[in-house]
Amino acid sequence: MADARMIIAKNIADMLKNGDFVNLGIGIPTMVSKFIDPKKTVLLHGENGSIGQDGLITGNRDEIYKFELTYGRENGDWQRGHRDLCNAGCDYITLLPGGCCFDSAMSFIMARGGHLDATVLGGLQVDTEGNLANWMVPGKRVNGMGGAMDLVCGAKRVIVAMEHTSKDGEHKLLKKCTFPLTAAKCVSTVVTELCIIDCENGKFIVKAIVPGITRKELQEKTGAPLTFANTLEKMQIPE
Amino acid sequence: MIDKVTAISEAMKCVKSGDIIMIGGFTLSGSPIGLLRKLSELPITGLTAISEDCGYIRDDVKRKNAAALFDNGQIKKVIVSFLGMNPTVHKMIAEGTLEHELVPQGTLAERIRAGGAGLGGVLTPTGIGTIVEEGKRIIEVNGEPYILELPLRADVALVKAYRADRMGNAVFKYSAQNFNPLMATAADKVVLEVEEIVEPGKINPEQVQLPGVFVDYVVHCPEEVIL
Repeated sequence: MADARMIIAKNIADMLKNGDFVNLGIGIPTMVSKFIDPKKTVLLHGENGSIGQDGLITGNRDEIYKFELTYGRENGDWQRGHRDLCNAGCDYITLLPGGCCFDSAMSFIMARGGHLDATVLGGLQVDTEGNLANWMVPGKRVNGMGGAMDLVCGAKRVIVAMEHTSKDGEHKLLKKCTFPLTAAKCVSTVVTELCIIDCENGKFIVKAIVPGITRKELQEKTGAPLTFANTLEKMQIPE
Repeated sequence: MIDKVTAISEAMKCVKSGDIIMIGGFTLSGSPIGLLRKLSELPITGLTAISEDCGYIRDDVKRKNAAALFDNGQIKKVIVSFLGMNPTVHKMIAEGTLEHELVPQGTLAERIRAGGAGLGGVLTPTGIGTIVEEGKRIIEVNGEPYILELPLRADVALVKAYRADRMGNAVFKYSAQNFNPLMATAADKVVLEVEEIVEPGKINPEQVQLPGVFVDYVVHCPEEVIL
């Protein structure tokens, strides 16, 4: 049974085209890579300085240390993993043939300079103007914005991956964001477990909807008026 | 020949209480763990640290980088893009004992680059329309607003490479470059931690990622695997 996060990840993966150069943020966006059709080559940008992430090396603490001992001191092991080959979430990764590594200035040249076809990141709130809030909840502990503010700045398409409402059922898609912004007027598309929305000309345009929910139900779960596209598509549900 | 290879205790004498220090690395990768451990043993306080993060990743990672400096109260201010999960850092902020300036990561990289490159700052669209722009000059170029972000420099940069020759020409492993080569350009003194030192000429000139002219001290710290 597909959960909300998997539905979001699958539908974003389907939006990515062969040859796209994409940054996937932490959380649901990371899951997107699992759903990319293997026939497509999507080059993943790691903000900490890599292109071409292939696999994610996961495991419990002991396994990771064992991994460091086994592979940590060899050369040319980018296909199997190395302790100096990580993603922004501090996970060990492997690279595809044709991958490359670089410094932080180069990494954000790619982001800010408009070289990314898409950046996919999580969201706390999105409003009809395409404003995004995803780094700070007033009154709660602040960890910092990391690279998010830069990543949304130049990408050709900014895709927000988030659950449609908060855990408490509060609206996250709003007329106006109430949390501090990550960037103004940057969001192209929001993908939730219920629908796919484009932010266009100050409106939420619903492009696709998950089977089994009515337009009325969707509107009730949304904090701003929805406009439905003439040809409303069905969202994909992963197996 | 210029030989910059120096014992760690000698090299770290360049760090003084009250200094601004840059610390390379992104989480653990490219972090000068050996230099940070040495610094945590020295009676140095009142430091301002410019870094990507605060040196603590998550509970299941035992190797620590800058975390001990916070536990010891050696740092009074951080300029970072990510405070991270370091509980000491959040406790200090809540108690008001740690000043902090949050900088978007790409802006941090460019401010350091500007500091090293002799530029008066950078104009970036990052942060426009957010709290990051507060109190800063907004300059319009071709009809678009940009924030003037000022250069960052430090008294000392603590950076890490995989391999360097005795003259300080260095190469990095995979994603361990991150802020290291940038920071090495933007500090009065640069201490470079490496896992391996080779003779000049052993690194092909075209493969040098950090020219040795930026480096003052090369310190050999074999990487240890902690179990």
